[in-house]
Amino acid sequence: MSHPLVVTLDRRSAPRTIFAGDRLVEVDMPAGTRVIYPRPPLEALKDVDAAIRYAINHPYNSDPLHAKLRPGMKVVIAIDDISLPLPPMRRPDVRERVLTIVLELLRDHGVDDVTMIIATSVHRRMTSDEIRWIVGDKIHAAYYPDRLYNHDAEDPKGMKEIGTTDHGEIVELNKKAVESDLLIYVNLNLVPMDGGHKSVSVGLCGYKSLRSHHNPQTMRNCHSYMDPKTSALATSVERMGKLTNKALNVFTIETTVNNRMFDKPLEFLHKNEDDLSNAEKSALKALTFTLSKLPQSARQAIFQKVPSPYGVTGVFAGETEAVHEHTLKRCYEQYAVPVKGQCDVLVTGIPYISPYNVNSFLNPLLVQVMAQGYLFNLYRGAPLVKKGGTMIITHPCTDQFDKEHHAPYIEFVHNLLPETRDAMELHKRYEHKFASNPALIQMFRTGHAYHPAHPFFMWYWGEAGRQHLGRVIVVGADNEYIPKLLGYETARTMTDALEMAKDTAPSRSPDITMLHCPPILMADVTA
Amino acid sequence: MAASYFDVDGTLVRTNLIHPTLYYILNQQTPVQSFGKLFRAALKAPQMALAELHDRRLFNEMLFSSYEGMSRDRLQLLAEDAFDAVIKPSLYPEARSLVQRCRDEGQDVVIVSGALDFLMKHLAEYLGATGVIANRLEIKDNYATGRLLRPVVAGPEKAKLIREHARAHGHDLDHCFAYSDSYSDVPMLSVVGHPAAVNPDGKLARLANAYGWPILTLERS
Repeated sequence: MSHPLVVTLDRRSAPRTIFAGDRLVEVDMPAGTRVIYPRPPLEALKDVDAAIRYAINHPYNSDPLHAKLRPGMKVVIAIDDISLPLPPMRRPDVRERVLTIVLELLRDHGVDDVTMIIATSVHRRMTSDEIRWIVGDKIHAAYYPDRLYNHDAEDPKGMKEIGTTDHGEIVELNKKAVESDLLIYVNLNLVPMDGGHKSVSVGLCGYKSLRSHHNPQTMRNCHSYMDPKTSALATSVERMGKLTNKALNVFTIETTVNNRMFDKPLEFLHKNEDDLSNAEKSALKALTFTLSKLPQSARQAIFQKVPSPYGVTGVFAGETEAVHEHTLKRCYEQYAVPVKGQCDVLVTGIPYISPYNVNSFLNPLLVQVMAQGYLFNLYRGAPLVKKGGTMIITHPCTDQFDKEHHAPYIEFVHNLLPETRDAMELHKRYEHKFASNPALIQMFRTGHAYHPAHPFFMWYWGEAGRQHLGRVIVVGADNEYIPKLLGYETARTMTDALEMAKDTAPSRSPDITMLHCPPILMADVTA
Repeated sequence: MAASYFDVDGTLVRTNLIHPTLYYILNQQTPVQSFGKLFRAALKAPQMALAELHDRRLFNEMLFSSYEGMSRDRLQLLAEDAFDAVIKPSLYPEARSLVQRCRDEGQDVVIVSGALDFLMKHLAEYLGATGVIANRLEIKDNYATGRLLRPVVAGPEKAKLIREHARAHGHDLDHCFAYSDSYSDVPMLSVVGHPAAVNPDGKLARLANAYGWPILTLERS
């Protein structure tokens, strides 16, 4: 018998409502389609501050934080950037709560030399307001910008190599962090691929280190990103992290949140459409209609300006690997839905948000990241879709980019993708030259643009999905050009797309599965 | 090998052509001479303001007429002081590191400015630039006539000079970069494969947005 969150549709089932960017669309799915829904949100901790204090006083495989402190020591606190969670959580952000308690403890122990670094890696620099959102007004006022700032992966004087792994991976990290007496990492773990060794050895590194694992070959060897044990990316990061933790005195604090992405008025978006009350059905229809009539900027504002009421479900502290084991367990508890058997056709909506477009538009390259990158990889065990199967997505694929945040993406999509979609070719022929473009590096360092290597990484992010899937068909694209650049076919309606998919399905009578997210879920797939 | 062509005023430094000129005017051999030059420059100010609106080349020619009668020795002698007192303090904080990054990439870095060559040579030396395309005063009998030698470096002429420079040095313009803050430099930006707007004025910012050119700030926001 299938899990209650895996619903098989029949002829009386209501249409499903899924995201198509920042709009909602109703799709009629054939009887027999399996729809996988997210788990309900885990109960949030009642006293988060008490949980933080308990965690740092009773750490895993480490002395308590207070026992690591001595007056006059140099402490660096590295903090996850605002790409997590999605959308940003309602204030106070759990990082503010952790920092408030940790800074108080440092003060009490005579530790005054404290620097906080937003661990952006090659993400764009956070704005002052975004940093304030994470750390809170008081900490921001006291520390920003002299003792609270963004990591600069391209500062020639600000990076330091600490060694090379036995696989030849160069570990180069933020110099201030390397030269500290104690590095405390404050994480917010949204999905299983976050956190652990990735926090320090990716969050505080630069292009030289990222090249070791953010490449097409490593990405092809990930099955999946969400399962560290079978991810070549996680394995490489772990090697680099072990080397880091030998050289640095690291104390890790990880936090987990539930999947309460939508507040009460929109909670029905979590639910099976057949179980909605009449009031909820009306609200869903009204929301779908309103979004279809509003201009794009207003739709973006509705979804992105309203923070999510995430609840904190866990706080774990101590030695990186021991901590992360507990974090992962809590993550799977929230997201994993058991699913029996793979499908031939995977259908999913592409929402308006990804970790790389906080406060900006989900551009075409990020549509690809969401489809073949994140959503394809939301599995453990076997991929949800069979080898050679089809993924059908709903998204307008509008040719629109944030001109500041995604400046290097524009050139990548419009100048390089027309040359080749082959990730290996892009990596070999173009990446290094593009990643050292002085103008784009300057935008990264002093503006709010992503690093010029980032669009390449985003393309590689879809590589595992590209290698596995036979086809991707997009429903509702507002142009033909972008889907073609991304290697997608287009269909006018879901019915047309399903017909197209059936022609090349691995099985004679194709199984169709729909991933009903957001909120986030992942499939624990068994044969 | 590629090259990067940098406009100067407003792009790498906060000052414009007027600031160093004023420094020269105020540092004449006697206060009376300084006062006389200042007075004559003030009289020409309304015409120069009009010229700036319509023709950058004409503006340059009117402005540099203030140098008339200065000896070659004095122009050279004051150049280092003018650079230290006026230009160097006005450099944007990140200008030097941007130029250094271009050099690290193995690029030629060429200053392309309507300012005078003897000042720009000091800037090029300070930044580590490898070439200078700048205006030159006409000198007769060791004294400046107040006229500029042709070609006058301004507006569309910059594009032509960049083309010539690239050809002479074997640079493929498709792989070259150009940086400017001003809409008047669109011709110069348009001849290279990688144009970038730096601290751009409104019109250039709109154009850069439309064409997806990078927009840089050389100060951290």
